[in-house]
Amino acid sequence: MTEQAHEGVRPARRRFAIDFHTMGPLLALIALCIFGFLLNPAFVSEGNVTNLLTRSAFIGIIAVGATFVITAGGIDLSVGSMAAVISGLMIIAMNASLETFGIGVQTVVIGCAASLLLGLLAGLLNGVMITKGRIEAFIVTLGTMGIYRSLVTYFANGGTLSLDFEVRGVYRPIYYDSVLGVPVPVLVFAVISVIGWVLLNRTAFGRYCMAIGSNEVVARYSAIKVDRVRTLTYVIQGICVSVATIIYVPRLGSASSSTGVLWELEAIAAVIIGGTMLKGGYGRIGGTVVGAIMLTTIGNILNLTDVISNYLNGAVQGVIIIAAVWLQRGNLAGLSLFRGRKTGA
Amino acid sequence: MRFSTKLAALAAGTALALTGAAQAQTIGVSIPAATHGWAGGLNWHAEQAQQRLQEQYPDLNIVLVTADGPAQQANDLEDLVSIHDIDALVVLPFESEPLTDPVRQVKDSGVFVTVVDRGLSQEGIEDVYVAGNNPELGRVSGEYFLTRLGDGDNIVILRGIPTVIDDERFNAFIDTIEGSGINVLDDAHANWNRDDGFEVMQDFLSRFPDIDGVWAQDDDIAIGVMEAVRQAGREDEMFIVGGAGMKEVIAMIMEGSELIPVNVLYPPAMIATAMDVTVAHFMSNGPVTGEYILGAPLITQDNAEQYYFPDSPF
Repeated sequence: MTEQAHEGVRPARRRFAIDFHTMGPLLALIALCIFGFLLNPAFVSEGNVTNLLTRSAFIGIIAVGATFVITAGGIDLSVGSMAAVISGLMIIAMNASLETFGIGVQTVVIGCAASLLLGLLAGLLNGVMITKGRIEAFIVTLGTMGIYRSLVTYFANGGTLSLDFEVRGVYRPIYYDSVLGVPVPVLVFAVISVIGWVLLNRTAFGRYCMAIGSNEVVARYSAIKVDRVRTLTYVIQGICVSVATIIYVPRLGSASSSTGVLWELEAIAAVIIGGTMLKGGYGRIGGTVVGAIMLTTIGNILNLTDVISNYLNGAVQGVIIIAAVWLQRGNLAGLSLFRGRKTGA
Repeated sequence: MRFSTKLAALAAGTALALTGAAQAQTIGVSIPAATHGWAGGLNWHAEQAQQRLQEQYPDLNIVLVTADGPAQQANDLEDLVSIHDIDALVVLPFESEPLTDPVRQVKDSGVFVTVVDRGLSQEGIEDVYVAGNNPELGRVSGEYFLTRLGDGDNIVILRGIPTVIDDERFNAFIDTIEGSGINVLDDAHANWNRDDGFEVMQDFLSRFPDIDGVWAQDDDIAIGVMEAVRQAGREDEMFIVGGAGMKEVIAMIMEGSELIPVNVLYPPAMIATAMDVTVAHFMSNGPVTGEYILGAPLITQDNAEQYYFPDSPF
């Protein structure tokens, strides 16, 4: 049973100068950036680049978690709704602890702690229902997606939950400040990515994820605790969602039922653009990071130009996403020089 | 609001007619679920009106249903007729086209129909039409820009979700400022959403060094725009005009904000107006059929207080 991921992903032919499987997403991103610069030189201004990276941090952090879930052969559709409900509950927690702890760092710390705890629990709930309940991940997370989305609407009474204005003043720097010229969200994104990379590529846990994703039965016979590892991937996903909300909430200080809509699809898209297999068995954190930045870049470029009709934004995004994955699957190499060899698989 | 006097007259009429109401009436109210700020306000006002009217008229039963999409709303309408046996329907269609036929079927079963906000794509189905005035919202906003800006000034426009409503507002605005020399640098869709408003405005700010005004068309967008402008430290350079009458924005106007100096009303409370008119059809001796187009007045610091509903979620 070795058919797993081979047809798409293994960097098998080492002698080529460029390995398209690994470099594909990055090349696509670079091409996109050159295109952006040609359309409007303001694209490379320092302000725009920081905006771009800061923005991609939310989806990026969530997508790092999604890389684990997908590598282990799962899927999590609930992340967008989860982000919305955790943001909402964080705001409620901070507004409630205001009287006891006053306006200060403690209140913000309570909010962040609440967020991490909720993310962990939400991930655990998904994971346990999938492994112990023996329900397909798609159904479980489709269910929790609906549940979390209605819960945030319910807590907000159909409107918007807003963080107390003065607490927001304390919390605001988490989104808007920089350390050594790097915005805090970008730093957090970088740290999460590095941790994710080490976990996936340099630990037994990461190898287990890939093993389960490529063949669950074999993994089980190899004495891998499949249920435990799989549940853990959802817990990691939950914690990543928490971290993303911790930096999301200070941006606008509010959460509503329209928060995080379609983030789950963006996160999954970022993961796949990056070269992870949707059916599991192989994952690439570095690719995921590039994928997330690319998705944000498309939206940014479309805002920087009026060449393309506003009504066609979605179409442009669709074309670029498909083209990026096409590149990543090594089609460019196949087209140019080595067409004949591709038929073997 | 030119409508308020009419409404007062109606209320008086219904109070007089109270004694005459003998038969039990069921009114079905079908509206979109609270998926964004304005719809949240809509739901809140609908519930308030439901409570108030049911207390006022013990024989009256109001069934309120909310839908997540046009297909679900069409099912809701069928259920209202077959299960609840409604005498009247108040409907705010999710979208005009797909709901025209379902509403017509309700009408054909002999139910009194009131359509709110989004007109059906065929005329003559509804008995009463209650709506905000989208072109008027665009025109009033445009008029305000004319008072603040002139030849050579630059503005950017953030639009809503690509729909008829958005087009009506946008076209009326553009028509109003045409010929004034105000230069529209660009427009982009921000989907009546805070996060999108923030991101689109960030990009406009990096793209255009000189912006004098922002028409955000909607208060959720305006809040996102405001944060982006603050982040860039350019709040002294421009002003922002939203629309709809969100309580946070009204509160800012009451305090005399420079950044968001005015607002244009597009009240979610119009659902309450529609329910009142529909109830009046059964309880009042005055005729109610026809069109009720609410005004889209400019809200300034002077009159902001009368549009402030601190308990509403919107």
